[in-house]
Amino acid sequence: MTHSIIEINTTAADHHIAKLTSLAIGLHILEAVIPSPLPGVKPGIANIVTLYVLYEYGFATAAWVSLLRVFASSLLLGQFLSPTFVLSLTGAVFSLSVLLFAQNLPKRYFSAITLSIFAAFAHIAGQLIIVRLWLIPHTGVVYLIPIFALAALIFGLINGLITAKIIQQK
Amino acid sequence: MLRKFNLSKIKQRYPKPLIGDWGVILASFTLIIFAFQKFWVFEHASLLKIRQGNQIIGTFDLNQSRELQIKGPIGVSYISIQQGKVRFKQSPCHNQYCVHQGWLNHAEQVAICLPNQISLQLMGSKNSYDSLNY
Repeated sequence: MTHSIIEINTTAADHHIAKLTSLAIGLHILEAVIPSPLPGVKPGIANIVTLYVLYEYGFATAAWVSLLRVFASSLLLGQFLSPTFVLSLTGAVFSLSVLLFAQNLPKRYFSAITLSIFAAFAHIAGQLIIVRLWLIPHTGVVYLIPIFALAALIFGLINGLITAKIIQQK
Repeated sequence: MLRKFNLSKIKQRYPKPLIGDWGVILASFTLIIFAFQKFWVFEHASLLKIRQGNQIIGTFDLNQSRELQIKGPIGVSYISIQQGKVRFKQSPCHNQYCVHQGWLNHAEQVAICLPNQISLQLMGSKNSYDSLNY
């Protein structure tokens, strides 16, 4: 056996991020094999991990976990650099940008449920912009807005409740 | 085995949304209802624009009964207007997609017969955008 020349020095924080990311990847792939009645409407259960990490370890770790999850899952599913990957990445970036601001909301009045709903709306907003600009450059895309927004509210609410439950149990 | 359904226990076990959460849920729900009303309007068409090749054959009132015959490169297409709706009645084309599209009656709807280069575009009282030239 040849000895590896490349030595990567990893910190405990790296291992921690990797563990949390692997959990998110697992959920992402689980969701990828569940058929959806409407193409593009997905529960986004991997975002539960992002939210949980945001609450427990802060924004930087959550951003790492979310973005690594998008890259690693797309490689595993063979979607790297495909439109699916671009949509996934856009959704993650938009959600994270909204969470960056939403995390400062007073905790007394706003729980993980609000953050989850905001993240879900940001996710579809980013994706619909990409769809309109790049994939389907047609005004007809506006017909999709209400359906996707409704899906975002429902799944954002469910994911938020699950996240709140996990945090509560800690 | 049946266990007694204990509502208070379930309430304890599941996290309750806070006041701000309720605000967010209600606000987004209102916005979604508003979005459905705004984007899902299907206005009945009142005008029909017919194109052949790159020229406009004419704009017709939909509220009439009329049969039109339009000549294209592969023959004559028969178009029938009937009190608010229109269809390709007969076409010389091979695939007959235009005929199978059936009656059209909503604003912004379009039927195209590519082989014969004829298109029907329905318009409402107000023309929002031109989907054919877009």
